[in-house]
Amino acid sequence: MGGLAVRVDGLSFTYAGSPFPALREVSLKIERGEFIIITGPSGCGKSTLCRCLNGLIPHFYPGKMEGNVEVFGMNTRFYTPKHLARFVGLVFQNPENQLFSLSVEGDVAFGPENLGFPREETVKRVEEALSLMGLKEVRDRAPYELSGGQQQRAAIASILAMRPEMVVLDEPTSFLDPRSSLDIIEAISFLNRRLGITVVLVEHRLDIASRFADKIYILDEGRIVDEGPPHQVYGRRETLLLGVGVPRISLLFQLLRERGIPVKEIPLTVKEGAEKLEAFLVDRN
Amino acid sequence: MIEIEGLAFKYPNGVLALDDVNLKIGEGEFLALMGENGAGKTTLIKHFNGLLKPTAGVVRVDGLDTRHLSVASLSRKVGLVFQNPDHQFFCETVREEISFGLLNFGYPRHMIEKRVNQVLRMLDLERYSESSPFALSGGEKKRVALASVLAWNPKYLVLDEPTIGQDALQKERLRNFIIQLITQGKCVVVVSHDVEFVAECKPRVVVLSKGRIIADGPAHKILSSEEVVGRGSLIMPQIAELMKLLKKHGFPAEVIDVYTACMEIQKRMSRGP
Amino acid sequence: MSMSMFEGFKFTRLNTPMHRMDPRAKFLMIIVFFTAAVIFSNIIVLLSALAVQIPLTLLGKAAHRWASSIRSASILASLIFLMNFITGSPLTFSIAMAVRFLVLVSSFSLFFMTTSPDDLGLALERLGIPYTICFTFTMAVRLVPTMAVDAQRVIDAQKSRGLELEKGNILKRVRNYIPILIPLIVNAVRRSVEMAEALESRGFTSTKRREPMKVLTLNRIDYLAIVFSLASMIFLIYIRLYVSIPTFDIPYRIKLF
Repeated sequence: MGGLAVRVDGLSFTYAGSPFPALREVSLKIERGEFIIITGPSGCGKSTLCRCLNGLIPHFYPGKMEGNVEVFGMNTRFYTPKHLARFVGLVFQNPENQLFSLSVEGDVAFGPENLGFPREETVKRVEEALSLMGLKEVRDRAPYELSGGQQQRAAIASILAMRPEMVVLDEPTSFLDPRSSLDIIEAISFLNRRLGITVVLVEHRLDIASRFADKIYILDEGRIVDEGPPHQVYGRRETLLLGVGVPRISLLFQLLRERGIPVKEIPLTVKEGAEKLEAFLVDRN
Repeated sequence: MIEIEGLAFKYPNGVLALDDVNLKIGEGEFLALMGENGAGKTTLIKHFNGLLKPTAGVVRVDGLDTRHLSVASLSRKVGLVFQNPDHQFFCETVREEISFGLLNFGYPRHMIEKRVNQVLRMLDLERYSESSPFALSGGEKKRVALASVLAWNPKYLVLDEPTIGQDALQKERLRNFIIQLITQGKCVVVVSHDVEFVAECKPRVVVLSKGRIIADGPAHKILSSEEVVGRGSLIMPQIAELMKLLKKHGFPAEVIDVYTACMEIQKRMSRGP
Repeated sequence: MSMSMFEGFKFTRLNTPMHRMDPRAKFLMIIVFFTAAVIFSNIIVLLSALAVQIPLTLLGKAAHRWASSIRSASILASLIFLMNFITGSPLTFSIAMAVRFLVLVSSFSLFFMTTSPDDLGLALERLGIPYTICFTFTMAVRLVPTMAVDAQRVIDAQKSRGLELEKGNILKRVRNYIPILIPLIVNAVRRSVEMAEALESRGFTSTKRREPMKVLTLNRIDYLAIVFSLASMIFLIYIRLYVSIPTFDIPYRIKLF
């Protein structure tokens, strides 16, 4: 059970017909079971990087690719999305465009059916996935009858039914309101902690997601410009200047540190922040 | 002024999207309309320019009942910028796209050119004037959509979820731009569920839930109220949450933005033992 | 007009006997209506073909929308009537041609309103049609309401920019649809790219042997319907060939040509 989940070496990619590379010499390693966040200003290449992780690049999107991407030991140049679908699931921004059936159940069965599993196996996996995502009560409903949050759950469930070892999510909360966003991110974290699924989350909404991440990568204009555990990355001034949506609580502590207050570690959640401030104020008194 | 009295709206399929909504929006006001998805925010703003007409109640723009006016005539005063620019682009160049509204409203040629250039400059889009709107990035598209409405200088500007898909820098720019518009006397209504964005803008906040208004007041009061946030299915801004947890240290409860909080904390830290 | 036209063909998930029927059995029933409409020009038969559908629509709780699909189709039906009448056909014959069209439209409306596109796709698969074609068909049906929502969004956005669809002469009105059509088409293309990405990521067509989770089974009611449909068809053909039925005829015709 060893080995890396993802290994990217010097990856550069230029979409066919585009004058500029979308990714420039990106290198990273993701261990199995890690929860990684990839973020950065608009146009930095995060969506492109997602699509490199399940083979959509280079097989679905032609272009010039340099360097290598290995997912669970498989080089994506030689394995198409069809092959990689069993190992890597990709969840997109818009739930509407990734649900194909007229029932949640039908959508969750879609993946296993495509992979050619016998009926009993498909049924088993569908039950499992519906249960994991709390969708049993709405299994017969059509996707358009569900709320945005439920739709994204259904999209995740349909990926889970293929039992991937890694799930990549490209801004899954874009169209969701804050409560549903929190809900989805918590569900994703559950998949990571309890089932050991490696998670790569591309997000703008770092206030909700940061607390679950082991590591965060910041992309800008196709390059990785910073990486590390979130509280370290958020403690750096450059991060703000890049247009990264640092959680307000982390920003607060960065500001306090700049004004001379001895902040050691930048908190990621309000609770952490409150505890730290309590400690300071108690010290003072 | 936009006056809404006893507004109720029922969709043809029977769903009651709005129920007894009462709201007055003055000229030059800055208002954020918040609430979970499906609370009725978009339905409400569609009444401002007559896209939807009330099932019950009245909507008046500058004293005129919207029921008796066409969308085109109301749109001159109330400019609606929808969420997805891809639902409106159809021209070959950004310049043409921005001119569309002006052409529809019958502006003369020389005025159209003047207005378009003005608005291109305002939104830093001059270098894209001859580009295809379809080839732009998400953030640029949103600016073009905004520009195409600002072109005819409507008195009331309504933005539907302008921060979706935007990064922090773009949101900052948007915030500054809105404030600029307000100082120029425009009324700006922003529909948003981005609590942190609204917390930083500090407008008047109206919260909708299940078709009814459940709160109406200044941002620092509304967004720091647990009750409102709970009933409206919102999330409290992180700073407001922090202040709540630190109440016993004498922090003011209604602080919602980072800079004020920073000052308050510094004050208490420098008081000393 | 445009939106109600779609209503008459949109599937709604209900639990009625019509909905529960196997799509293949249902389709056979529609074929009977189709046959009746095509082989007969007798206005009484055609009107009966229309009337017989009514109890079925009631059974499928789709009567209102079935009626609205007929209403929307009546514009084209009137055109058919006019074309026949003006070129010299008798009055009742011309009406019969219009009614024939209505029978065809309404029977398909009944079918689509009570059959889930998924089940339809499954039925086609069972009949041996390649999966990709079945899927294309199912997707086309599934996307109709989505595109209707998109269309409304585009119309709202353009109206808010001063576009007036009801004003102007015929030329201007047609031109006014360009700001509606282009965004619609662009969005449709964008949507299909996004869907294609999602399909690839779910291993679409990675295997030739698909075992769908849901299995269509023919139950007693289906078999009854099939038998009844086949019998009706034979009966209709027999009547057409060998029996002369009374007809209601107004031989009035206009002599233009």
